[in-house]
Amino acid sequence: MTSTTAHPLTTTRRTTLAGAATLGVLVTTAACGGGSGDGPAADTAYEAPSSDLEARITYGLWDQAQVAGLQRNIDAFTAKFPGVEVAVNVTPFSEYWTKLQTQASSDTLPDLFWMNGPNFQLYAANGKIAPITGAVEAGDIDPANYPSALVDLYSLDGVTYGVPKDFDTIGVWVNTDLFARAGVGLPTAEWTWDEFQDTAVRISQALSAQGVFGAAGGMDGQTTYYNTIFEAGGEVVADGKSGYASTDAVAGLQFWTDLIASGGSPSIQQLTDTTADQWFTSGKLAMYWGGSWFRAALTDTDLAGKVQVLPLPRGAQQVTVIHGVSNVVSASTKNRQAAQALQVFLAGQEAQQQLGSAGTVIPAFNGTQGTFASSMPGTDLQLFLDAVDYSKPLPVSENTAAWNALETDLLPDAFSGARPVGEVAGDLAQQMDEALADE
Amino acid sequence: MSEALPARGAGREPARGRRVRRDGAWPWLFVAPLTLGVAVFYLWPIAQTAWYSLTTFGVFGGTTFTGLGNYAEILGDPTLYRSLVNTLLYTAIVLLNIPIAVCLASLLNLPGLRFAAFYRVLYFLPYVAMPTAVAMVWRIIFNGDFGVLNWALGLVGIEGPYWISTPWASIVAVAVVGLWSSLGFSLIVLSAGLKNVPPELYEAAQLDGASRSRQFRSITVPLLAPSTSFLAVVTVIAGFQLFDLLYAVLGTTNPALPKSLSLVYYFYRAGFVDNDKGVAAATAMVILVLVGLATAVQFRLQRRWVRG
Repeated sequence: MTSTTAHPLTTTRRTTLAGAATLGVLVTTAACGGGSGDGPAADTAYEAPSSDLEARITYGLWDQAQVAGLQRNIDAFTAKFPGVEVAVNVTPFSEYWTKLQTQASSDTLPDLFWMNGPNFQLYAANGKIAPITGAVEAGDIDPANYPSALVDLYSLDGVTYGVPKDFDTIGVWVNTDLFARAGVGLPTAEWTWDEFQDTAVRISQALSAQGVFGAAGGMDGQTTYYNTIFEAGGEVVADGKSGYASTDAVAGLQFWTDLIASGGSPSIQQLTDTTADQWFTSGKLAMYWGGSWFRAALTDTDLAGKVQVLPLPRGAQQVTVIHGVSNVVSASTKNRQAAQALQVFLAGQEAQQQLGSAGTVIPAFNGTQGTFASSMPGTDLQLFLDAVDYSKPLPVSENTAAWNALETDLLPDAFSGARPVGEVAGDLAQQMDEALADE
Repeated sequence: MSEALPARGAGREPARGRRVRRDGAWPWLFVAPLTLGVAVFYLWPIAQTAWYSLTTFGVFGGTTFTGLGNYAEILGDPTLYRSLVNTLLYTAIVLLNIPIAVCLASLLNLPGLRFAAFYRVLYFLPYVAMPTAVAMVWRIIFNGDFGVLNWALGLVGIEGPYWISTPWASIVAVAVVGLWSSLGFSLIVLSAGLKNVPPELYEAAQLDGASRSRQFRSITVPLLAPSTSFLAVVTVIAGFQLFDLLYAVLGTTNPALPKSLSLVYYFYRAGFVDNDKGVAAATAMVILVLVGLATAVQFRLQRRWVRG
């Protein structure tokens, strides 16, 4: 081994190559054994920690806004285990995954770190993270305490690797002021796709002189088209195959094409220049499909008093995408016991309650979410919690990023009406299947 | 960085051989740190990349030799050629900063100009600003609905496009930002070049009755040739490395993106989005060869321009 320090990664070509070079040395020494790299880690060793445990561990994450809340967690943890020192490493999201990949390649991952759905399978399948099986068998973690869709998101081939630390679901954020100005009544929670489309068009027409739109599409699957594909009864990815070719998936995409074509939403180009959430926060959009995390963007704004939330309108069924971050332990950590102890602690009720009162995210432990629901007086945030009952996990596979890029390349033509939705979906399904076959 | 003027009439030729022998190991010792750095951080990675470009690279390591397969894959991909054309278009537009900078530099060099230092700082500022911050501001300027640019165009009756979400327009838009932010560097280099122009030439020209513009064409431009050709080489190399501005101005979910990629963006996608490091390495080798070719051609041309 030449180096065990983390490479300061930027995405310029030169540093990338320098990083790749260091990896190369590591790789060539280990290349001969097993062509496909390491298999999934079978090592499920777990030992409940004793309070005289001594170690220095690192905790890798990407959101500076959550550090204050997590620090309270960590303080409570070190009060229990005074011999354990936890160093928090924050890397901005845009660089987090490039850095993590380099660290994983050189077995220098943080002892404990944040994982998200789109990247989870890549790390699990390649044996880079440790299963939580041992902690579950010892009774220190009970998966039943967390939304099951999220436990599934962090399981691969029947093995669970992480418990969610928080979650988010999707709802429709409504600017009641614009509804009043357009003279359109607020829909009920039982609304349908048709009612949504109709409401959007009516508001756009009534307020077109002020440049206001009723609703907005967008290129973010999690907040828009994944939801409607599920609601139409379709799938994005199932059994290692793309679900885009099905008529149900096409119906889910068509929803947004229709919305844009009818003038209910700005065009895809307009939404590239000014994203849907920017349209909403600048008071030019009446209905915005957004995650529970959007609450943070509304704090201390003029809008705060004029905002309501509604559940997603129903298609053939009611569904919302659910996603959440989990804490995972590196498979190659030298401090496994301490890292697992922190993982278990962060998943526990005490830590989750603390995280919830910090107010930034919805904690994942069932029953600790009350603080979030009441954090915006006058606005019914409870529906984001109720939505867990009819939620489906964010669609992912082993190399999610590859077909996410295909979606952003191909779908704009469908939404803008440049090509028939069915044709684009067919192309997307075919290319996505090729990407999935490569995994 | 200044245009190393050849030391003329250095009549030390006969002594050379003896001197090297007498110096012994010392000169080598002095260049050793740099040589080591170049070897470790440039030559070795280039060799590694050349090797990876012939393999399929596992997500977290592990290579399988696949010969020229990666090259066949990218050379058969229309997106690569599109990226090449975009990169060339971008570079061509950014090169326009040189003539603009020549004019500005000679204006700034006018005798008796007040606040010259202030102007210099003003022009140099964009060069030291962070590319991401620059990109954020220009994103707002280019905004199709609410941007300053389209508002100004509207005043004269032109309906501007959605700059950053329309293919071609997006590359032009990014190139304008690149041009604007490289102006400061060119100005500094050219100002230094102007200081080397003997004032007697202008005095003589004035006595002969040459106008300001005639002086500019016949003295300033030709005598700045070493500086301008240096800038041309540097700008072309930087142009081929276009990534950060494009990434920050266009974003990652722009519908125009597949048609607006640059070569390095193509590399980034292969290596860090599709996780195909072998293909990325092959792309890097292609870029290396292209930059090498472009630079060689310029050095050839330079010999004619600068001496002619």
